[in-house]
Amino acid sequence: MFTHHAQLRKAYDVVIIGAGGHGLAAAYYLARDHGVRNIAVLEKGYIGGGNTGRNTTIIRSNYLTPAGVKFYDKSLELFRDLSQDFDLNLFYSTRGHFTLAHTDSAMRTMRWRAEVNKHYGVDSEVVDAQAVQQACPQMDITCAGHAPILGALYHAPGSIARHDAVAWGYGHGADMRGVEIHQQTEVLGIRVEGGRVRGVQTSRGSIATDKVLCAVAGSTPRMLDMVGLDSPITIHPLQAMVSEPIKPWLDPILVSGSLHIYVSQTARGELVMGASLDPYELHSTRSTLDFAESLAAHMLDMFPFLSDVKVNRQWAGMADMTPDFAPIMGKTPVAGFYLDAGWGTWGFKATPVAGWTMSSTVANDRNHPLIESFGLDRFARFALTGEKGAASVGH
Amino acid sequence: MKILNCPVNGPRPVSEFVYAGELRPMPDPATASDVDWAAHVFNRRGVADVKHEWWYHIASGVWFVAERNTATDTVLRTYLYQKPAA
Repeated sequence: MFTHHAQLRKAYDVVIIGAGGHGLAAAYYLARDHGVRNIAVLEKGYIGGGNTGRNTTIIRSNYLTPAGVKFYDKSLELFRDLSQDFDLNLFYSTRGHFTLAHTDSAMRTMRWRAEVNKHYGVDSEVVDAQAVQQACPQMDITCAGHAPILGALYHAPGSIARHDAVAWGYGHGADMRGVEIHQQTEVLGIRVEGGRVRGVQTSRGSIATDKVLCAVAGSTPRMLDMVGLDSPITIHPLQAMVSEPIKPWLDPILVSGSLHIYVSQTARGELVMGASLDPYELHSTRSTLDFAESLAAHMLDMFPFLSDVKVNRQWAGMADMTPDFAPIMGKTPVAGFYLDAGWGTWGFKATPVAGWTMSSTVANDRNHPLIESFGLDRFARFALTGEKGAASVGH
Repeated sequence: MKILNCPVNGPRPVSEFVYAGELRPMPDPATASDVDWAAHVFNRRGVADVKHEWWYHIASGVWFVAERNTATDTVLRTYLYQKPAA
């Protein structure tokens, strides 16, 4: 599926750090839409082995800020055509997405989101508790009496897809167009001269380039140190787990901020479950028993009948968190150094649009209009893009 | 369950504590430039390192500092904050 390149070239037009979904999508659109094909994608591990392979695969565009809604809706549009584009089955499955509200203040946020969504043409509405019960008859909507569900934000286009296949599809498409993907190749330094990028030092030798796109999720602070940039990004683990396969019963995707749950059932019958971010900084993908216990307890509040179901696997990814829960994208004060970062807990669904907008940004050396609210410079201007109300994950 | 050693209450489960970020010197708000102040408000030292961090014991209201390796999650020591001599 991927060409093996024994040697790095001496120079590339663009070097992309990170062969996850985002980096490979940027390579794909650079080659397909912008005619830039002399590209190296450098990956210290393997393709899609970072957060691309560690998320819970949920795709939605019911965000809170106008900038976020427009951006993620473009992503959904791109997602729908990808299986055709790649000639590869992404198992893209439209399920409908309920964000459950257990309190009056949560209902208020849902109404706010629904109005912003509708204004930008996104299919999103507030529904009552009965509608939730109808869509999911198995649920105890009183949540064991602890946190009765008052209603929900319903987003019909909410979907899941096979995350690995997204990275493989983009990688294969880029590879076919001449992009070199170098796995097991770690970036050790970035050469900056006179305020602009000149090259990259790797574990397999140095290469010259005038453009570097950094798409490394949890390793972003280390890359920024190499070029001397400060940022608000801090790293927290985000854990998730999956149950043994059981017969199909859960059609929609369910999210509860109050109970710290998001859950969907895969085509294989496993329940994919996520919860809140680990509460303190840690650069590690270790799992904890605390997490599994607390997530399982909350799952049983909603679905008591799952008490005999086993947990098959548990894992973690390193999330690059930002203060306003929006990404950090685009040009930076270092000329030729482009950032696709701050993807925290919301990066998978943005894979197509992040690649699409970053390819345009890198090719034209001008921020794409869809990412104007996501610049690194927004913090110095106190012009934040507050998306916390749209985050599924409890924080 | 991970155990954290509170300097007042001794070893307690980490779920009894709140993490409050790295201990950082604050620029003088009266003299700092807008850019420096914004950097202080938002920017953090994001790379993994041994860091001195604020932690809070919820049950007893004790603020203290933990010296912790943020790559391995090893706590080297915990101590009560002392104001540096003026």
